[in-house]
Amino acid sequence: MQFHSILFEQPADRVDGDAQDVPSSFRDLNLDQVLESMVEGREEYRLEAFFYSPLTAAEPVLYRHETLQDLEKKEILDSVTDFSESMRRVRAHLGRAAKLRHKYETERWFLDAAETYLAAVNTLKEKLALCELGSRALMGLHEYLEAYVLSPYFSSFAAETQKVKDELASVVYRVHIRGSRVEVSPYGGEPDYTPEVEQTFAKFRQGDVEDYTVRFVDRAGMNHIEAQILDLVARLNPAVFGALDDYCVRHETFLDDTIVRFEREVQFYVAYLEFIERFKAAGLPFCYPQVSSRSKDISVRGAFDVALANTLVPGERVVCNDFHLEGTERILVVTGANQGGKTTFARMFGQLHYLASLGYPVPGSEARLFLPDQILTHFEREEDIETLQGRLESDLVRIRDILQRATSSSVVIMNELFSSTTVKDALVLIAAVMSQIMELGVLGVCVTFLDEIASLGESTVSMVSMVDAEDPSVRTYKVVRRPADGRAYAVALAAKYGLTYPQLRGHVTS
Amino acid sequence: MKVYLMHRDQDFDAQAEFPSNAEDLSQDLGLDTLFDAMAGDDSFVLGIVKRAILSSLVDPDAIVYRQDVLRDCLNHPSVVRELYDVAVGVIEAERKVFWGLSRDSPERILARSLRVLQVLTSSLKRLREIADQHGEEFRSEGFVRFFGMLEAELTDEYLNTVDFHLRELTFPRGVLISAKLGQGNVGTHYVLRQPSKQSWTEWLFGGHNRSKFSFVIPERDDNGFKALAELTNKGINRVAGAVAQSADHVHSFVAVLRDELAFYIGCLNLHEELSKKEEPTCFPVPVRSEEVAFTTRGLYDICLALNVEARVIGNDVNGDGESLVMITGANQGGKSTFLRSAGLAQLMMGCGMFAPAEQLRISVSAGVFTHFEREEDPTMRRGKLEEELERMEKIAEAITPSSLLLCNESFASTNEREGSEIARQIVRALLERGVRIFFVTHMFDLAEGFQRLEADTALFLRAERMQDGRRTFRMIEGEPLPTSYGEDLYRRIFGTSPSAAGG
Repeated sequence: MQFHSILFEQPADRVDGDAQDVPSSFRDLNLDQVLESMVEGREEYRLEAFFYSPLTAAEPVLYRHETLQDLEKKEILDSVTDFSESMRRVRAHLGRAAKLRHKYETERWFLDAAETYLAAVNTLKEKLALCELGSRALMGLHEYLEAYVLSPYFSSFAAETQKVKDELASVVYRVHIRGSRVEVSPYGGEPDYTPEVEQTFAKFRQGDVEDYTVRFVDRAGMNHIEAQILDLVARLNPAVFGALDDYCVRHETFLDDTIVRFEREVQFYVAYLEFIERFKAAGLPFCYPQVSSRSKDISVRGAFDVALANTLVPGERVVCNDFHLEGTERILVVTGANQGGKTTFARMFGQLHYLASLGYPVPGSEARLFLPDQILTHFEREEDIETLQGRLESDLVRIRDILQRATSSSVVIMNELFSSTTVKDALVLIAAVMSQIMELGVLGVCVTFLDEIASLGESTVSMVSMVDAEDPSVRTYKVVRRPADGRAYAVALAAKYGLTYPQLRGHVTS
Repeated sequence: MKVYLMHRDQDFDAQAEFPSNAEDLSQDLGLDTLFDAMAGDDSFVLGIVKRAILSSLVDPDAIVYRQDVLRDCLNHPSVVRELYDVAVGVIEAERKVFWGLSRDSPERILARSLRVLQVLTSSLKRLREIADQHGEEFRSEGFVRFFGMLEAELTDEYLNTVDFHLRELTFPRGVLISAKLGQGNVGTHYVLRQPSKQSWTEWLFGGHNRSKFSFVIPERDDNGFKALAELTNKGINRVAGAVAQSADHVHSFVAVLRDELAFYIGCLNLHEELSKKEEPTCFPVPVRSEEVAFTTRGLYDICLALNVEARVIGNDVNGDGESLVMITGANQGGKSTFLRSAGLAQLMMGCGMFAPAEQLRISVSAGVFTHFEREEDPTMRRGKLEEELERMEKIAEAITPSSLLLCNESFASTNEREGSEIARQIVRALLERGVRIFFVTHMFDLAEGFQRLEADTALFLRAERMQDGRRTFRMIEGEPLPTSYGEDLYRRIFGTSPSAAGG
């Protein structure tokens, strides 16, 4: 099959246009932050469209894994990023040409764009030939480039470009400015005056002095005096400028659609590889997950919240966690210390599934993940908080929506559901919601302060966020698989702030 | 072109950092008196002589080179003063040339630089004239080279060439630049071209058979003139930069001349002052640092001499081979004055000056360090001994072999036994590091200890006291005595002897 896309093997799957709908879970999982970091400086590629289109089958995911594994090789990635760099210049030149008024100025920017494009395509083709490609996508691209570069169109285009360029480069003219009169003529071999002046005073040279030459900033477009001079230069060199005119007319559209599409799509990979590079440099692992749209046996080692890691200062420790579900297990119920990493854990669970369904390597040393049809999340939202009554109502409305949309292939994440109501009410409500969820058989996480939920049925697995054994005020941010034990962490936390009974008494009596 | 009047093969560094001990040195030796006498009311000279005196030369040849130049100066003071005035005058005139509000325009940079160069070249011509008139009267290597260089480099032909370019750079026939087509076919690689006279004629009056086109900017097209100015600026950018740098270079040459002559002007001033008082001076003989030398006749404290009307008392010392000079003896017998005179003489010799003595032969030193008794720390943060130790620690870090260390009652702030022990260990260690030490002390324990152990490499001087208690302010060779005649002082102040008071 002829190569068409580096992201989609099947032409029918292709996402060509702009942003799709933002998945509802996106903000809850802090994936918006991840996306923002990734696309920074890449706005022109409009990568959101790809980011908002997760894959739901294993085969398309593997197509991307292969490509990414190729791109992780330095020489391949370098070739691609160099190519992108050149293509950006091509677009900049074309954009500039489109804005300019002077004919010969426009034409010259157009020529530069074409020259840059030709060189970029050639270079990419040559560099890829030297690389060992393992992916269907990049091998397809390389084949495509080989054929394109060998085509008669491309070679005659290249030859013409070079000829016009050489002729322009050979033009040397001189300008004689005297008062208001400007005279333009071919350069006649007069010597450079500056070295003579330097020579005259050379004997006084006393070591380094300041550089007084002025840097002139490039303006966009020439002024009318430069334009008039250029017109006269053109009159002095009619053949050269005639050839330029002719060239521009004949090559008006020279960009190849497939190559342009490749350059956009490959950013989807490059952006992520660049984004995770600094985590990898800090020793955090990433792995290609085993994915399945059928098996709900999932298992992850050494995973972390990539959005949180992104906000930490270098050197700050990132805590990694493991989890797995097998057999009839479906829901991880997370209880334990306040501020102990429960929410982070839930978010991480969602991120892992989302990133996996984009075809990306995921934060962790080992992962087997399910490809859901959708990820549904329920996180507390600040703007929703009004009265307690209002909040409970909105919680219920949202969870109803989630239950209506969920299928057995969905992932559902609930964080501190019904925390605004009494324990007795909350227990009843959560139990009701959980039974529906368990009925559906969805994979998910439920973060709660209610230990009872952890043992609702055989599909729930209890996980607990841990504190330091020596000093319970210190959170380890480790979430481990063990029965919920409901320890009181509040006292430890109070001690940290000097608010326990003996502390306050000691303070008063001293 | 190089001035080289201070060093045989390098410029004097007028911006050199002062050594870390400069402040202590000035305070302990009273250097400001010397500096002020040298500077007169010329603050520029002041800055230069400070740097020269505080950065000693260590090579005897380099010292002799300066001594020779200074001899020439003493023989031809008016010529030297005129050279200095030319240099100062041109620097001041140049400062007045307005830099303009911005330096972003090559046209303005060029105009300013041309004016500066005009000022500078007129001074160069004056220097040439002085060289022509007086060059032959000078004998020193430094001046012979300097005048010879002026004559060889600033020939009439050369000065005419400079004048020609200064005129040409005002572009009386317009600006001719070449260019290539750059990005967007806008002109680039602008190069200012200089046609021969003949081609200018062709350019201006036709007769050129090459094709050319032209246009004229309408009178009211302000933007057009602005654009044209920018084009001109791009064309002359490199040459303006080159001219500005040339102006800087010529300026540096004249500025270096001013710096280096300023030192000799300071020496001339001081010499005139001393001559008026009929105080003797001599050119000291610098001895390589490997040899320990200190022999002098009539060595006096120049700062004291400058401060008092009467002539001051000089000392004769034969201290060759003695790394340690231990000075003991009567209070107010001239010990500190002697110590200062040794330090001052060392510094003056080190920078190539004449010395305040009838005769002086001493080893060069890498630096002079002083450790003088100080007032109590007024902030009371540290004890006095701590303060002394801290200062000594800094000295020990900075001092190098062949340096001279002057100690004045060091470690007298503690009891004699402790003070002696501390001092002894320091002195011994530094002597082993090749440091020469002059140590004024009342601590008999210290002085006597060295006398017993180091008699062959130590010289013991004593402030002379006549039988009747009168001081001569002379140092005489003599072993330390267990008294420093405190009784004399007591008696003078109380009018009775301390033993009488007791009895």
